[in-house]
Amino acid sequence: MKNEFLENRFGINRRHFLGKLSVGLGSAALGSLLIPGLFKGGDDDLASLAGIPHFAPKAKRVIYLFQNGAPSQLESFDYKPMLNKMHGQDLPASVRMGQRLTGMTSNQTKFPLVGSYFKFQQHGQSGAWISELFPHMAKIADELCFIKSMHTEAINHDPALTFMQTGAQQGNRPSMGAWLSYGLGSENKNLPAFCVLLSRGRGNGQGVYSKLWTNGFLDSVHQGVQFSSGEEPVLYLNDPAGADRIARRKMLDKLAELNTMGYETFGDPEIQTRIQQYEMAYRMQTAVPELSDVSKEPDHIIKMYGPECLVPGTYAANCLLARKLSESGVRFVQLYHQGWDQHGNLTGEMPLQAQDADRSSAALVMDLKQRGLLDETLVIWGGEFGRTNYCQGNLDEKNYGRDHHPRCYTIWMAGGGVKKGMTYGETDEFGYNIVKDPVHVNDFHATVLNLLGLDHEKLTFKHLGRRYRLTDVAGKVIRPVIA
Amino acid sequence: MAFVFKRRFFLIARWVIMAGTPLWQCTSSSSTAERIPDVVDYNFHIRPILSDRCFKCHGPDGNQRKADLRLDTEQGLYKALKDDPQAFVVIAGEPEHSELYLRISASDTSMLMPPPSSNLALTEREVKLIRRWISQGAKYQKHWAFIPPQPREVPETDHDDWAKNEIDNFVLARMEAQDLEPNEEADKERLLKRLSFDVTGLPPDLALQKKFLADASPDAYEKVVDALLHSPHYGEKMAIPWLDAARYADSHGYQDDGYRTMWPWRDWVIHAFNENYPFDKFLSWQLAGDLLPNPTKEMLLATGFNRNHKITQEGGVIDEEYRIEYVTDRTNTFGKTFLGLTFECAKCHDHKYDPISQKEYYSTFAFFNQLNEKGLVGDIQLASLADPPRMSISNEDVKRILTFINKKDKDPVPVMIMKDSSKVRPTHVLVRGAYDAPGEVVDFNVPTAIYPFDTAKFGRNRLGLAQWLLSKDHPLTSRVFVNRVWQEFFGRGIVKTSGDFGMQGELPSHPELLDWLALDFMNHGWDIRRLVKQIVMSATYRQSAAVSERKLRSDPENIWLSRAPRLRLPSELIKDHVLASSGLLVREIGGPSVKPYQPKGIWESSTSGRGVLAYYVQDHDDKLYRRGMYNFIKRTVPPPVMLMFDASNRDQCEVKRMRTNTPLQALVMLNDPMVLEASRVLAERLMLENTQADEKISKAFNLILCREADEKELALLNKYYEEEHQTYAAAPDKAAEFIKQGEFRHEEIKDTASLASLMQVVHTLYNMDEAITR
Repeated sequence: MKNEFLENRFGINRRHFLGKLSVGLGSAALGSLLIPGLFKGGDDDLASLAGIPHFAPKAKRVIYLFQNGAPSQLESFDYKPMLNKMHGQDLPASVRMGQRLTGMTSNQTKFPLVGSYFKFQQHGQSGAWISELFPHMAKIADELCFIKSMHTEAINHDPALTFMQTGAQQGNRPSMGAWLSYGLGSENKNLPAFCVLLSRGRGNGQGVYSKLWTNGFLDSVHQGVQFSSGEEPVLYLNDPAGADRIARRKMLDKLAELNTMGYETFGDPEIQTRIQQYEMAYRMQTAVPELSDVSKEPDHIIKMYGPECLVPGTYAANCLLARKLSESGVRFVQLYHQGWDQHGNLTGEMPLQAQDADRSSAALVMDLKQRGLLDETLVIWGGEFGRTNYCQGNLDEKNYGRDHHPRCYTIWMAGGGVKKGMTYGETDEFGYNIVKDPVHVNDFHATVLNLLGLDHEKLTFKHLGRRYRLTDVAGKVIRPVIA
Repeated sequence: MAFVFKRRFFLIARWVIMAGTPLWQCTSSSSTAERIPDVVDYNFHIRPILSDRCFKCHGPDGNQRKADLRLDTEQGLYKALKDDPQAFVVIAGEPEHSELYLRISASDTSMLMPPPSSNLALTEREVKLIRRWISQGAKYQKHWAFIPPQPREVPETDHDDWAKNEIDNFVLARMEAQDLEPNEEADKERLLKRLSFDVTGLPPDLALQKKFLADASPDAYEKVVDALLHSPHYGEKMAIPWLDAARYADSHGYQDDGYRTMWPWRDWVIHAFNENYPFDKFLSWQLAGDLLPNPTKEMLLATGFNRNHKITQEGGVIDEEYRIEYVTDRTNTFGKTFLGLTFECAKCHDHKYDPISQKEYYSTFAFFNQLNEKGLVGDIQLASLADPPRMSISNEDVKRILTFINKKDKDPVPVMIMKDSSKVRPTHVLVRGAYDAPGEVVDFNVPTAIYPFDTAKFGRNRLGLAQWLLSKDHPLTSRVFVNRVWQEFFGRGIVKTSGDFGMQGELPSHPELLDWLALDFMNHGWDIRRLVKQIVMSATYRQSAAVSERKLRSDPENIWLSRAPRLRLPSELIKDHVLASSGLLVREIGGPSVKPYQPKGIWESSTSGRGVLAYYVQDHDDKLYRRGMYNFIKRTVPPPVMLMFDASNRDQCEVKRMRTNTPLQALVMLNDPMVLEASRVLAERLMLENTQADEKISKAFNLILCREADEKELALLNKYYEEEHQTYAAAPDKAAEFIKQGEFRHEEIKDTASLASLMQVVHTLYNMDEAITR
């Protein structure tokens, strides 16, 4: 009686049925199971999905450590002694070249240059310049690939973040993680392919919003699933009080029987899909709490990430959770760490931000490495634009602020087929303009997709008459950073 | 009962311009296995191929055009080649001498079109189609959607016993041509459920179920239809898709995402549907109520439609950049809502597929560019609930004129409205769409290939634009709206891409029906309620949703409507159903949006920390039990359950929702406190009735599934109840825990084991696929 529906419908018992799900299915079949509608037609561009990935991938998964608010490149990785030399002097017009300003500094009459308050030193064999704020990253300099010539078109947070995440400043386009979920499917039958983790820093913050992890016009199974630090790591995950797992299992069995009767009446395949989705929900209920429980992590791991990693909702805890999710096959883990918007009080806030982000970011890279996962996991660290080389507001001896600067900023990547110990691109001695190898946001997206075996021109989805891409109509793969 | 369908040659209504070509071969999805039709039609077979694969480089966009060759115009098709004046793109009747055919069939990849580097290719069948089309004379036609709807003869059918109205004749003719026959009529219970949800968004209550089942009169169905169409909840249901199109929300969007009060506008939309404002009035007031002679406050309120776009409050933004963004949003929303076109594609360059030049885009933009508005009025600290131009609604207004507004307190409510400044602001083409790159100045105009804007007839303002839309022979306005109403009842428009009637959109599955409906709608005074009644009275609508394997195989998408579609309820209606069937629903209409249960920390974890919406303050009492459409929509963090069930995030105009089926939806139905509370409350109410457990279960089934349970189902549920009862009787602590759900008043029920078991059964019923499917 218990599993009658399965025996009837599938001619097998449940154990057999679920067993079949977990092993022995090709990725395409598994994809279609987890992503209903994937091969069903509709507006999907089916041709583009056939034979995905397009070529041999270097990375299988991504962990994107987004530093929300835009950390200053000038106090982190883009060392500009010239600014210290010319400290307090006005930004030469020949450098500024009429670049537009935000409303916050456009009525400043002077643009005094400001050098980093924090000291820089070279690290590792690669000799990367890293400021004293990031000692742990400095230790793994030879694992990192810095791109110092990132540039974007947006000058304010909302459009810039949206651009970094979806490839367009405005509009409701799918985000990177959704594109990868769409293009590559899920590796784990118990977990969503795209997970999102949020943390708040101690500096001036800018919000994040669900548009950043939206599925846009893609099927909503590709939407990022937000994990929270509260009682439920995934919304509505916990069984209600008074109903235990046994009760739930029983309910699902009854439900499946009832739904199967409905299927016999209507013949609608959606009913069978719903039965399967309830089964996956049930499995998620076990898999997710196991994953998000970091209490069983050994001491040496806790030491790597720092003690805050035991406090749910901190950036450190999210880095550790990101590793666990990624290790379990989650295609895209997206972190957002807020608080990097230092318009003022930079010397007060940035050390706090760095303290929170430095150790655990580096720990994540090394943790992946010691597990042999770094080669197949791409880690990305960076914000949505850079910060100005001149001061915003008061410049006094010990403190200053920096406004938004879209013309250049620095990010780093590690693992996943990216060259180690490398620096790509260069800015001028004022840290204002790019002088070598610019990398546009579209180029960055094209490169990430390439590392995952996807051709950014072929990963398309036809929506309202147009084939959309993450890279819109531009983007070129930055080959020199690929190992 | 089964109909016997005799094979008969149907008089198929013609697609007028095609001079008698029967169109029954064409489907909107061109499967490669399909055979090549005897007569190839430009609009239905050729243009879709050219548009999709060729127009990008050989289409309307002058800047991208290669080899000075365009395939989207008649002239371009028959032209001599630029490099070789002896050769022609197309020579009618001679594919072997037509460069178009030679290039798409070339074996030399350096000659082949489209070039392999474009990642585009023609299938063998498509090449054959083009060949045959050229052989048959290569006749060009204007894009179907830009030809005004033509009077269509209602196809004759033999089956007057099946057809209830004209819709059915059109549908049946197509079905027959596909070798399909209609399903039987749905049983009365299921039909009532479908009708009630489709028309009012609410389940039929037990009294209505009983009355309808008992009514054997021939017009029993029509009586229910009329009653539901005049229910005040009709306006609510009709408003939901309109709120998507109008991107209505309760916050400004962008970074800080402060509070705004546009809900009186939402109340007006419900009112307008309930009062059955004709569509021409509904449209004119929203687009241009402020420009009507002596506009009333109601007309001004209606113009809020144009102000529902996002507004930034991020300190430091460049004012003009955002002002342009708002005008752009209004223009795009106008294009999609009323014309069903992807206007936004022409913002930065000429449209790649449709005849909308960038200049025309900005000429239309000019209509919406006349407000005295700012990109940034005040940052979040100095936030305003409504940026100018705005009006204030007082209690006096509500008492006297705006009686439909559900105003709760004495404070005046500010609402954003339209008001053009007295001096015309010159509008420039913006080079590459950039706010700081103004090009030539443009006059008020529209994409003329759609329908010319005659300045002798139409004023040079939004009112003129509204009149232009409502011209008798406008090709799009009526079709686009009728199609969207159809979509609400069949889950799919006659034009599937309801937001794109352009070249890249899908072709109508029933072009003659669409034309007939569009004209009929206009000829009957744009009467929306009448249109809805026509649809739900049709035999097509009343069919059963059961699908045989044969139909599933031959028509998986149900293009030919030989069955009723089974559709999962939209997000808002799932809440409505759970609350209504459990007796919790508060049937109040309109008013400020409400904040029901929501998992902790969702707003807090993503906020910038500024503004009154930084923290989610949950409401209590009645506000927990309002309809789903009144859930507070904070744009940057819309209610998570709404998104999981595919509601719009109200970021921008949307005219079609997806319908997905995911594990997260299962988690919501299993664990959302709203669903659990409703299960508890319904179980309590049933416990208070003097009935046996099986009667209680049977009644719950009636309320939630809107039909009698069959014996098998009852047997299973009763057994389940017994098993649960044993469990809970042995574990009274668990029972006590389980029945704690929700803030709603708890009834004194001593037999907690029975209550918990009944609640478990009710909860299972809510989780059935059929419960949330209509």
